[in-house]
This record gives sequence, structure tokens and C-alpha cells, in this order.
Amino acid sequence: MAMDLKEIENFIKEAMPDAIVEIQDLAGDGNHYSATVTSTQFSGKSKIEQHKMVYNSLKGRMGNELHALAIKTKES
Amino acid sequence: MDQQINDLIKNEIENNEVCLFMKGTPDAPQCGFSMAASNILKILEVKFKGVNVLENQNLREGIKVYSDWPTIPQLYVKNEFVGGCDIIKEMYESGELAKLLENKKISFKNKN
Repeated sequence: MAMDLKEIENFIKEAMPDAIVEIQDLAGDGNHYSATVTSTQFSGKSKIEQHKMVYNSLKGRMGNELHALAIKTKES
Repeated sequence: MDQQINDLIKNEIENNEVCLFMKGTPDAPQCGFSMAASNILKILEVKFKGVNVLENQNLREGIKVYSDWPTIPQLYVKNEFVGGCDIIKEMYESGELAKLLENKKISFKNKN
């Protein structure tokens, strides 16, 4: 099962309301996305922690319904 | 996660200074993300062990629990989890990966 681009954005924004989220469907198959997430909540956190925050916002879908999501995090 | 898988992962991480859990092998990666991660280590001429998680379904699931990280590849340097493909790429491009290898006294070739 694939995930919709808007759905991914909503999950991230729900967890990080201030986040600016840019998502691209890399292959046009609803299965390979890249997300650039900019948030103040990343400040002072390591890259691993920042990426985990994004993964956690997807509530276990990463690696399941969502096959591939390249993540780039930025502090704002 | 059962003890056997936990021990297997620990064993790989402790016995290989640079250890990449990946889909496929460094010579025949089975996924683009695993290929990208393994290629970066190759470019840096880092000696590393590629552990193919596709050979063992329990390992494939176990490593995600062990690292608390939902995706593969996963890079460990001297017992420390460095990150997945995106982080490795970003750190490579920014020079942070070279710095980390240097700090951990791992031999590699710095092209800069």
C-alpha cells in the first residue's frame, strides 16, 4: 500500500505544527518520496534525533506503507 | 527481538570498526539507498563490512529495533550508530563524515 503526498505532509505537520514541509514524489509511484522539513523544534538536536522526529511523526508507517522517504532536516 | 539476533548484531558491530547493514552486498547492492551509502564508503576508501540483511529476515527486522531506526542502510562506526542513507550523504557532502572518521581514527582517503 502506498501513501499519498498530502497524507505524509499532514502527519509531519501534526507532530511539528511550525514545520515547513516540502515533499516530492521522486518516482511518481506514490512510494518513493523525499521530504525537506524545516522546524524550530530541530534546534539543538543531532541529525539522528531530527530524522527520528520525522520518522516518529509517521507513526510506524516508515518502512511499511511508506517504502522510501529521503529526509532532509533544517533548523529554522 | 530474540537474543540470538541481538548477539549477532552486537558481534558484527564490535568486530568491525565500520559496519554497514545494507540490502545486498557492497559489490551487488539490492537497493538504491544501500548502494549510495556503500558507494560513499568506497569513495572514501574506508575498509568496511557490509552485512546483507536480506539474507536473514530476523536480522532485517532486528536491526531496526536494535538501532531504533526504521530504515536500511544503517552505518555503525566503532560501535556508534551514525545514521541512515540521508545522514551519511549529508555528512559526506559537508565533510562531517571525514571528520568523524578522523576522530575515530579510521583510515580513509580524503580527496579534499
